[in-house]
Parts: sequence; structure tokens; C-alpha cells
Amino acid sequence: MSVKLTITRRMEEIAREHGKILAPLRDDLVLLDSGLDSLGFAILVARLEDELGIDPFTASEEAVFPVTFGDFVKVYENGAH
Amino acid sequence: MARTEPPSLRQCIGPAERFFFDREARARIGDLDGGTSLGGRLAELAGKSVLLAAGSQLTTALALIELDGVARRLVILPPDADSEHFGAIVAAAEVDAVVVDRRSTAHAALDLPLRVVAGSEIVPAQGLPEPSRATEWVMLTSGTTGVPKLVAHTVAGLTAAFRGRSVDDDVVWATFYDIRRYGGLQIFLRAVLGGTSLILSSAGEPVAEHLARLGRHGVSHVLGTPTHWRRALMSPAIRAIAPRYVRLSGEIADQAILDSLRRTFPDAVVSHAYASTEAGVVFEVRDGLAGFPAAFVERVRDGIEMKVQKGSLRIRSPRAAARYIGIDTPLADRDGFIDTGDMVELRGDRYLFAGRRGGIINIGGLKVHPEEVEAVINRHPQVRMSLVRGRKSPITGAVVIADVVLDDSDGKLQPADGPGELNRLKGDILQFCRDTLPRHKVPAAITIVPALEVAATGKLARRHG
Repeated sequence: MSVKLTITRRMEEIAREHGKILAPLRDDLVLLDSGLDSLGFAILVARLEDELGIDPFTASEEAVFPVTFGDFVKVYENGAH
Repeated sequence: MARTEPPSLRQCIGPAERFFFDREARARIGDLDGGTSLGGRLAELAGKSVLLAAGSQLTTALALIELDGVARRLVILPPDADSEHFGAIVAAAEVDAVVVDRRSTAHAALDLPLRVVAGSEIVPAQGLPEPSRATEWVMLTSGTTGVPKLVAHTVAGLTAAFRGRSVDDDVVWATFYDIRRYGGLQIFLRAVLGGTSLILSSAGEPVAEHLARLGRHGVSHVLGTPTHWRRALMSPAIRAIAPRYVRLSGEIADQAILDSLRRTFPDAVVSHAYASTEAGVVFEVRDGLAGFPAAFVERVRDGIEMKVQKGSLRIRSPRAAARYIGIDTPLADRDGFIDTGDMVELRGDRYLFAGRRGGIINIGGLKVHPEEVEAVINRHPQVRMSLVRGRKSPITGAVVIADVVLDDSDGKLQPADGPGELNRLKGDILQFCRDTLPRHKVPAAITIVPALEVAATGKLARRHG
């Protein structure tokens, strides 16, 4: 499964669990408009760490704050190499 | 009439042209001089132990100003308080009146002799009672079993960190942190005493809208937890604000968030404050580095003393709470030091925060006791035991993780059942938690493990830090 598809599945799952409606996940979607809040993203990062074996945010020396869905996916794609 | 020292908040309402805002409304604080937001019922609340259960922060702010010096005791209910505990809070604090607003969700369960409906509109009133007593302020903090502890403060202690300090005319405060928690309350009190405007958040307000609102009001000083700031940094609307003072409190400020804020607001002072509901404001660090200089521990400043004992930070301070209400547990040891439960490690000439004793997990400023979550998970019929711990999160500081040992005494579960059955079961346990616990206490992820380590004491082995 591609990293992007994994992230999409997990976001759908968390939105469902929290009774939230997920916006269509286009690359230019602002993450904060996606329907997940801070706690939702924290859960997402934790589950992706279990699934992909990386937390690229904590691993990185410099703090990264992705703004769009595309940015977020890129952080994981870059972190996976 | 005897003048209270320090003066009550109503005596500090200051310049006419300053406002407290939320998303829906604004209140001209000067109107409280000869006006009320309590529907003309302030006099009925004189001498009472009043539970503030308003839904909106703005209503709460106005009621606090009016009731200080009038009520005997103010019990400030945080927005996420569990209605299951209301009875215990009311009994312990001898609450005999409640202030609600149209956004209150929780008050229906309370059957109190006096209920006053507050609003964000201030209307002129005559014969308002004069402030005449030192009101006790009671804040809630989480306890091991989930029942909150009631922490009693005085206005003198709550305002000691900034009372008497001069404030520039153009200061506009905002707080992402709710004023019904210690860190947020500090900013409310700073605004009241400093005579400045204050911008409060409204429940459910989108981040971009909130930031745009702060920008429109020309915010100069902003408080948030590291989690609030990380969320703000993920919004393109962060560019709407240009504060000159950026404050963090309520959680450990790591180097990454401090660096990001410095890059985003190069001209601002970025400061992280260390405070707790029990110990009060202890210090503020302005050098842009995580942790605090070891020299802080040796010095005595503003009467505040710190020491590190058994790895945790202990505080003796005139800003500390007076006592707990309703329980016999002393707040401080025999020498007057409060054990904060915050573990610190010396690295060179600096102390760094290393989490909390007892494995307490801090999720974006909200404390979670592992035992409380374990108790819920362990009630699931297919669970034998569980261990709940925190895992570092780049978003909320930490998340809750659970290791679960299944009860397979009837031999139903086979490894051959494969991930499908285990995933179904994990989902079922999570749903069980969601039905019972507030959102931030529900584990982010569950791992099924064959066994958990038990220490020589017979208790679960917990690894802290």
C-alpha cells in the first residue's frame, strides 16, 4: 500500500471513530480544515508510527509543521527513505 | 466597610475603553462599574459558595469579576469536567449556588437552592453589593481515580506574579488556554489588573477563524500550551498575528516548539512559564531554551524556593494554593514544600523536564492517570490486564498507549485467528473506552501483548520518563 493510501485509510478510520466528517483529501487541503483536530492528528501520528515504523516529526532535528495534506504525506514519504 | 487587600477585581476594572471578547460577543469591562451580567441577582450570591458552571469563557470572566469580594467561595468548573463528579464537588466545597449561562450543558444534573443565569451582556444596575471579603477561589485538578481535587487559592496568591507591575497601554492579551484552568486564569487576571483587553476562545471555533480574530483585534501578548501553538503553526492563518510576547505553559515546552515560534515571530519574546494548580506560577524562562537554568534552584526570588528531591521538583512559594478542600491530604510537606510530581534531570547547567512521576500523562495540558484508563480497559470481558503509558507526540506532547493482555481462559483465541480477529477485538476495546472516557483519555493505539512485567512489589512495572 502506498504511504498516501495508508495515511488516507487511517484518517478515515480516526474520523469515523470520533464521529467527524472528513473533507475530501486533496493535496492542497489545509490539514486543520480536514475535520481532525489536534488530538486526531496525534492519534494519526501514533498509529502511523506503529504501521510504518516511523515518526518523521520526532525523528527530524528541525520541527516541521505541515500545513496541507500534501505536505503531510511528503513528510512521511521523505521519512520512509 | 473594611477594605480587602488586595482590592477585589471589581475595584480594578480600570479604563472605560477596554473589552473582553469571544467569538460571539464583546463586553465593555468599564460597564461593570454600576452594571451587572448576572441579571440583577448579584446580591443573592453574597456570602455563598458559588459553582461557576457557565459554558462560555466570557460569561465566566464577567461573573468572576463581579463575584470576587462578594461570594464566600468561587468554584471554577473546567469545560471538560465530568458531570459524574458534580455531586462530590458540590458536597466538598459546600456549594449552595450555581451560575450558569445558555451554553451550560452540565448544570441540569445539579439540584441547588440558588441558580443564577449569567450572560455576556452588562446591564446598568443599582444597589450592587460592595466587595467586602476575601473570596476563596477554588480550581479543579485531576486526581488518580478521576475525581478532581479541589485546590483553594486567594486572589493575593493568584496575582502575586504580576500585581503592581506597570503595563503598556497598547497591550492586548489573548489566551488559547481556557481561563478555567490555572494557566489561562493567570492571563485573565493579568488582563483584569493590567487594565488591558482580552480575547477569549469560543468552543468549536476553527483555528483559522480564531487567529484571524486575534489579528483583527491587534493582539500583542498570547498564551497557549505547546499543543495550542503547534496547532496554530499548522494553520496558514498564523500570519494574521504578530505578537511581541509569546507565552507557553501547561505542558513541557520542547526545543522544537520554542525554535519554531522564534522563527515564526523573530521579534517576539518567546517565554515558557512553569506553574501548577497547586504550586502556582514558579518561574518564567525567556532565553529560548527548553528546561531551566540550574541556578534557579539555588536562588530565592519573590520568596519562591525550589529544590530537587528524589528527582522531582519541590516548591515553597507564597503563590501556592492554601490547601485542598474536602480531603485531608496535605498540600505541602512539613517544611512547606509542595512536591510537583514533575521529574527533572540535570544536563550540564540546565534542568530538563523528564515527565511526571506516577506515569501521569499530559495530553495537550490535560492530565491522564494511567490507572483510570486501565480500570476501564480491564472491565472489558476479554481483557485480563493492561498497562497504560504515554508515548511522545509531536502534536499533543504525548498520547495514551495501552498494552493489553487478553483473557483467553476459554481458549477461544488462537494465533491462527490472525490479525483480523485481533484488530476486531482492539476496535472493540477502543469503542468500550470511548463509551466511558473523555476523548483525550482513550488510547490512541492498543498493542496486544502476551504478558506484562510485574515488579517485586506485585504491582505492574511502570517505566517513567
